[in-house]
Amino acid sequence: MYTRVMVPVDLAHKDKLGKSLEVAAKLAATFGAELVFVGVTSALPGSLAHTPDEYARKLDAFAAEQGAAHGVPARGLARIGHDVIADLDAALLEAVGETGADLVVMQSHVPNITDYVWPSHGGHLARHAKVSVLIVRDGKEE
Amino acid sequence: MSDMDEQGIPAPEGAADIIETEYEIGQDNIDGQVGPFGFDIHNPVFLVSGLAVVAFVFYTLALPEQAGSVFNWLFGAVTKGFDWFFLGAANIFVLFCLYLIVSPLGSVRLGGADATPDYTYVGWFAMLFAAGMGIGLMFYGVSEPMSHFSSAFGGVASEGGARTDWAPLGGAGGDEAEAIRLGMAATIFHWGLHPWAIYAVVALALALFSYNKGLPLTIRSAFYPILGERVWGWWGHAIDTLAVFATLFGLATSLGFGATQANAGLSELFGIPINDTVEVLLISGITSVALISVLRGLDGGVKILSEINMGLAFLLLLFVLIAGPTLAILSGFADYLVAYVEYLPALANPVGREDVNFMQGWTSFYWAWWISWSPFVGMFIARVSRGRSVREFVICVLLIPSMVCVLWMSVFGGVAIQQVVQDGYTAAQDAELPLQLFKMLDALPLAGITSLIGIVLVIVFFVTSSDSGSLVIDTITAGGKVDAPVPQRVFWCVFEGAVAIVLLLSAGGLASLQSMVISTGLPFTVVLLLMCFAIWRGLRAERG
Repeated sequence: MYTRVMVPVDLAHKDKLGKSLEVAAKLAATFGAELVFVGVTSALPGSLAHTPDEYARKLDAFAAEQGAAHGVPARGLARIGHDVIADLDAALLEAVGETGADLVVMQSHVPNITDYVWPSHGGHLARHAKVSVLIVRDGKEE
Repeated sequence: MSDMDEQGIPAPEGAADIIETEYEIGQDNIDGQVGPFGFDIHNPVFLVSGLAVVAFVFYTLALPEQAGSVFNWLFGAVTKGFDWFFLGAANIFVLFCLYLIVSPLGSVRLGGADATPDYTYVGWFAMLFAAGMGIGLMFYGVSEPMSHFSSAFGGVASEGGARTDWAPLGGAGGDEAEAIRLGMAATIFHWGLHPWAIYAVVALALALFSYNKGLPLTIRSAFYPILGERVWGWWGHAIDTLAVFATLFGLATSLGFGATQANAGLSELFGIPINDTVEVLLISGITSVALISVLRGLDGGVKILSEINMGLAFLLLLFVLIAGPTLAILSGFADYLVAYVEYLPALANPVGREDVNFMQGWTSFYWAWWISWSPFVGMFIARVSRGRSVREFVICVLLIPSMVCVLWMSVFGGVAIQQVVQDGYTAAQDAELPLQLFKMLDALPLAGITSLIGIVLVIVFFVTSSDSGSLVIDTITAGGKVDAPVPQRVFWCVFEGAVAIVLLLSAGGLASLQSMVISTGLPFTVVLLLMCFAIWRGLRAERG
């Protein structure tokens, strides 16, 4: 049903990725799909990497680790943004086309008051992407 | 890596000399949540600079007279007592930049040997120009050539052996043609190579140490070759805090003055009353547009506004060139350029000068002013300059903007002076500073339209200063992180507007705090001199 699952990740806040990694991996295993982890970074040195190149290597390593843990093929895709905070929505939307993913699995927070001013990135992607988007929230459902 | 190129990952960026340091970007940061708002701020730079700004505002409001006299004394002591230092240092910056163009070090590329530019020439140039001096050109394009022309024409006057006139150098008493040449040369001197060399040094230091050395994008990083690991401690905190302080007050005071000046223009054009309410509304309006711009980010906000502004400014320049005495302006452009080169050694001479008023009141003041702006403008230029070679960078940040300034001053100042000497039209000369541009446009056709464009340009240039300034302050106070949560940039943008409003409503607050900001030019001059040394060492290691 699905051949490629895109999972946007913020490597600087791995702790906030919650269940999305597990959900994505289980779906990929079920459908025999490939996982593509997408990260957006600035060209400037950040807390994770000093250069875009170093960031790409870290993302690849993360993808390999996830793939091995869940027994599914996985790779990373790093994108460079001039102003990551502002360009994130557009960059993720473009990454959907670039990866050729047919499903996006993405972690998002439980909506709060600020979502009226700054809608979540997941919300933006779900509204504009041409493929299915599964927004994963850590809440009471488990 | 080859398969990843197809997936949009840039090829390896090539050889670069990453500095090995134990410091991890963001290690001193506090991140968390206040209510629904996330934050990620540097401890203690964010708090100390924020509180220092509030403390200075309170001090100025509570004891306006004392604050005014303290700041004005400081300002006088700095620009008069250290005039030789400012002039000498600025000459060093120009020579250093010119050396980088011809030296083999110029081939080092910012971002690594194989990096490609982030922005096209047009987008890049529009942004560095809008942040650098767009607004100044609007206000001083007509008035400064006029002032120097008048004082040079008036000639030398002295009392008790000291010069009392404001003429540059020896003036040109009674010689109209030479007074124009000297006046234009002096103006170009203040807006040409020297200010842009100041910006280029700061921008180059920051770009080099971030893109090539892997250090965070904050002012302190440029000191790594000198201070070593100590830059991550109190030395670094002090440097970054001073930069935030100068940038925030620089922006807030110029925003406050800008509002009064825009108000004067609106009153002249549309009869809108001049009062506090209108000015507060103007600041709020400018801040709101800047807010939208920072939320849209560098590409979606700041760059677009800068390009719109550069397009409009170019149209206005073209219009004045065509509607004014075209041939006279064009021959003037060449003539003024020659005059600039001719007078440059004398104007730049730091010692033994007789034209004390001009040297201290104009040149030294300007150098302190540009230098106090340099952390902000330099950091912003650094942010958008990745992928350029050092040679390309210096040529584009030093030579091209200087030529644009020469052209701008030749056209706007040239036309205004022609109006006085040829047509006897003195409305521009007699008007108050913010109105001089509009009075000059008045004498040309289609004044209604061009004046409106002028007002729009003034306001949008303020917006581009405010939004790029907020991004810079946010980055410094987040310890060099460019991806701190959005509410932080909103905070700085709004805070800056609020400080501007508070100072505007208190009598004299704006002027005295601006004097204090310009005084920060003195410590930063030392900082910039050290940066030249750091750049030289950093570039040598890069070519290793």
